[in-house]
Amino acid sequence: MSINEILFWFLSTIAISGALLVIFSKNPVHSVLWLVVVFFAISGHYVLLNAQFLAIVNMIVYAGAIMVLFLFVIMLMNMNADQEPQKGKWMKMAGVISGGSLMLILVAALRYNQSTTGGEEEAGIGLIQNLGKILFSDFVVPFEISSVLFLSAMVGAVVLGKKEKEIIESDTINN
Amino acid sequence: MPIHYYIFLSLCLFSIGIVGVLTRRNAIVIFMCIELMLNAVNLLLVAFSRMHQAAAYAIDHTSMAGAEAQLFVFFIMVVAAAEVTVGLAIIVMLYRNIHSVDINFLNRLKH
Repeated sequence: MSINEILFWFLSTIAISGALLVIFSKNPVHSVLWLVVVFFAISGHYVLLNAQFLAIVNMIVYAGAIMVLFLFVIMLMNMNADQEPQKGKWMKMAGVISGGSLMLILVAALRYNQSTTGGEEEAGIGLIQNLGKILFSDFVVPFEISSVLFLSAMVGAVVLGKKEKEIIESDTINN
Repeated sequence: MPIHYYIFLSLCLFSIGIVGVLTRRNAIVIFMCIELMLNAVNLLLVAFSRMHQAAAYAIDHTSMAGAEAQLFVFFIMVVAAAEVTVGLAIIVMLYRNIHSVDINFLNRLKH
């Protein structure tokens, strides 16, 4: 067993057990923390797959920014485990069965696959130098458009986050 | 690493996300499960990019194949970040209106 395989199994175990704990913990704060663990494990997988830049971005954007946003919202709402609504036993069972059968069907469909992800060769694809060159030459237009997307998302979040009364008042002032 | 290991890992994560969406009632946890599914797909894309890169490397040792897929994943992350801000704003607004994040109370369109 090479070091790559050991790392693969280690990170996969962490990712899957973390994901299971995300959906089974009662407290939403614990769910967020387990999701951070899953994202770190996925970042480790990215490093194994020669995508070093994506590993860092995944850590900063997902584990850093997005999960902190989730934590802030949960703490704003002051949710406790005992307030957490629970679905009925039958609904839960139906959900687990349908998710499990989806996995079964996809595994059965994708079982025959002989390709490998390659050996140890290192072409430096996933480094910032290479990705940055491509990003700012071939993919410059999508990059700029994504900045507009961020601006619209910011405006949308502020508009949605405002209280309706404030919006109506500012409308009457403007008119 | 055989590619089907990565396919099955992504499938497991994706299915766990689906089970979470179907079994939980807390809107925030459902949103987190959607993020989990998005990450499973990202992982699969990166694994396929690695496969493509290894195949191209065998032919030409200076080829830069596979970088496009990684940029694709980067753009998916960008869009996901924008999506999360808007989604969380909607959940906060929901909480302000009905004082709960239970999705079973969200049946007003039915009446």
